[in-house]
Amino acid sequence: MRVILVVDDSASMRQMVTFTLKSSGFEVIEAIDGQDALDKLGDRSIDLVLTDQNMPRMDGLGLIRNLRALMRFQGTPILMLTTESGDEMKQAGRAAGATGWLVKPFDPVRLLQVIDKVLPRAVPQ
Amino acid sequence: MNETQSSGRGGAFDLSQFHSVFFEEAGDNLANMEMLLLSVDNTSADDETLNAIFRCAHSIKGGAATFGFQDVADLTHVMETLLDKLRRHELNVTRLMIDTLLESGDVLKQLLACRQQGVRADVDFAPLVTRIGDLTAGRVVVVDPPAGHAAVQAASKALHTEPLIELEIGPLDNPGAVDAIAELFTEIPGLGTIESMADVDHPDGPCKRLMVRSRSSDGDLFDLLSFHIARERIRIARKDAAPIAPAPVASAPKVAAPAAPAAAASDDFGFFGDPVSAPPAAAPVAASVAPMEPVAAAPAAAPAPMRRESDRSGGGVNLESSTIRVPIEKVDQLINLVGELVITQAMLAQNGRDLDPVAHQSMMVGLADLERSTRLLQESVMAIRMIPMAMVFNRFPRMLRDLASKLGKQVDLLTIGEDTELDKGLIEKITDPLTHLVRNAADHGIEPPAERLAAGKPAQGTVTLAASHSGGSIVIEVRDDGRGLNREKLLKKAIERGIPVHDQMTDQDVYGLIFEPGFSTAAEVTDISGRGVGMDVVKRNIVSLGGSVEIDSTLGRGMRVSVRLPLTLAIMDGMSVGVGHETYILPLASVVESIHLNDEDIKSVGGTGRVVEVRDSFLPIISVRELFDVRPERDGEGGIMIVVEAEGGRIALLVDELIGQHQVVVKNLESNYRKVPGVSGATILGDGRVSLILDVSWFVRRARH
Repeated sequence: MRVILVVDDSASMRQMVTFTLKSSGFEVIEAIDGQDALDKLGDRSIDLVLTDQNMPRMDGLGLIRNLRALMRFQGTPILMLTTESGDEMKQAGRAAGATGWLVKPFDPVRLLQVIDKVLPRAVPQ
Repeated sequence: MNETQSSGRGGAFDLSQFHSVFFEEAGDNLANMEMLLLSVDNTSADDETLNAIFRCAHSIKGGAATFGFQDVADLTHVMETLLDKLRRHELNVTRLMIDTLLESGDVLKQLLACRQQGVRADVDFAPLVTRIGDLTAGRVVVVDPPAGHAAVQAASKALHTEPLIELEIGPLDNPGAVDAIAELFTEIPGLGTIESMADVDHPDGPCKRLMVRSRSSDGDLFDLLSFHIARERIRIARKDAAPIAPAPVASAPKVAAPAAPAAAASDDFGFFGDPVSAPPAAAPVAASVAPMEPVAAAPAAAPAPMRRESDRSGGGVNLESSTIRVPIEKVDQLINLVGELVITQAMLAQNGRDLDPVAHQSMMVGLADLERSTRLLQESVMAIRMIPMAMVFNRFPRMLRDLASKLGKQVDLLTIGEDTELDKGLIEKITDPLTHLVRNAADHGIEPPAERLAAGKPAQGTVTLAASHSGGSIVIEVRDDGRGLNREKLLKKAIERGIPVHDQMTDQDVYGLIFEPGFSTAAEVTDISGRGVGMDVVKRNIVSLGGSVEIDSTLGRGMRVSVRLPLTLAIMDGMSVGVGHETYILPLASVVESIHLNDEDIKSVGGTGRVVEVRDSFLPIISVRELFDVRPERDGEGGIMIVVEAEGGRIALLVDELIGQHQVVVKNLESNYRKVPGVSGATILGDGRVSLILDVSWFVRRARH
């Protein structure tokens, strides 16, 4: 089973994303911010990271930089779930090592469409 | 509606299942935001606080947009834009900004409440959005002091029935013209009200924009205003025709952008590897990810434009990882089950007493263990319902701030012991009485700044809220360093009101007069404290929770109201009494004494009433047997009289025997059976029988009539 790390400080967003992913057969690790994500990961490997940007303690960009510094996350796709899609965000995201972004608000169908692009054939047709 | 659209787009996914989580989360975020906003008041805000406030608005916006609450998303969007500029130091925090953000928080609460109840939010926050927009753009905003408050009240009041009109006046050669126009609205009854006033830039000179609620036609408005300014310098725009989303929001970048069909290229999703942001159609992703810039090179390539990503330690403590939310019904069910267990344990213990301790030694050890574990279990379960007093205290900084500005006073709030815990049920019921006491302290206690300075006190008064444990109760104090209570004035007032007093009364008793119904010390009724709800109601509420209230005061130095409450309503110290075959429970807190009755002590008054003389005062007698029609075990009236006290009155209850004191688990009779006069609840005895808990207040009231 493919494992997705979902990082968001908003419980409702996290539940929505997690529910969507679990209903589509993914295993999900939830974390409330970047620091929590790093703590929960331990030495696990995962297939995809979905992270919010604005979070207490460690934000999305901080998390991405930390993950990219680890060997096993060099090739892992990381998507930022963000309300901004301005150039500033894109530049910062690219610099931190994110793979792509998905602008909030999105609905479950759109999320699965995007995941299907990032992890081909992972979403059951 | 947005909701249906959202869940429609969600396909098989029903997003409404996440709504309750969103509402709770949004409520938490709003409360947090308010607390943080109040903390930056009058002081320079530190970066972490501003970031935390931003995150609150941001989080609400994200959720609201996702779950289709567009109005909430719209308002939080403009708030977020302003907060973003503040945290980037592109703007300096001003008092007006804080006020406006607090007001926005109030409106959000209303919007969320409407959404939660599934009713259409009838709140027009367009003026608020305009003002936030002006603040964000760095434009000077003038708000009429009453209008500032009014905007919120307006939302719920009849104001909205009057159409919203935007008046733009200018260019202004004579600034006095605006004042004259503003005066028109106060002078001409029925013309309408000005909601806000703002400076606007115009190529030809300074202009004013007034948001006005009025039923007048455009022609009438032109005619009226042209007394003060040339017609061509007046522009009238009707706002109500427009949809709720006001102009600044319509241009919101992508917030409201609907998700595009999968095939169409859209900007809501993209890969950083591709500058045009078109998703690489079916290319294996690993390939598109791998060649992306090595992480090590990144910092050199782009000096991160977003500031301080990593040093966000501290602040905005998130307890979520160590707490879980549980519906209160589950906790109550648990408490109920533990209650049953306690009863079973008591039954076993009672039966065990008849056994031979030697022959059943291991059984006795087991019973003792069971008793200990049961007690610990009960304590732990009760602790789940305990909530820190901070839940109540947190509402007061905002209230006092609004109150102080309304009263023209300077009031600081000090809270002590916010961590002290109290049963959830009590927390809910103590909030109103405490609110009243705090209002009173600010309104009647604290003097205006000039009066304070003249008395050699600092201009700023202090209201202190302190909570602490004392024995099995919690003591909550509301203190102020204001003018204190005046013994002579109180006595005079009492005489005027026909309340019996005498000069030898202790200070305590004199201060206690303010709890008498209809007693008010303020010369006139203010709209703050004097709403007809007096201190007598406060006292009655506290007493009905099994608590008590005391007053202490020093003239010119201040006053202290101490409220003492039991820690929980679910367990009570009771005294069990026997009447015929029945056993009743009296709350121990209301039992004064018990006396063996001699027939000669009983005196008959009038036709039906009987009284008994106890320590020089005559107390009415109520026979529980007669009242509840209990079949007597033997002839003649029972021999024990229990003096009980409630609502300031004492009576003697006649019962057959005194059984003992013990803790009882209180069960609600009303929800399990129906309301019974004279009975406040029920409990289950050690032998499994149901015993009713008597409502002493009811008995006292009955004796008065």
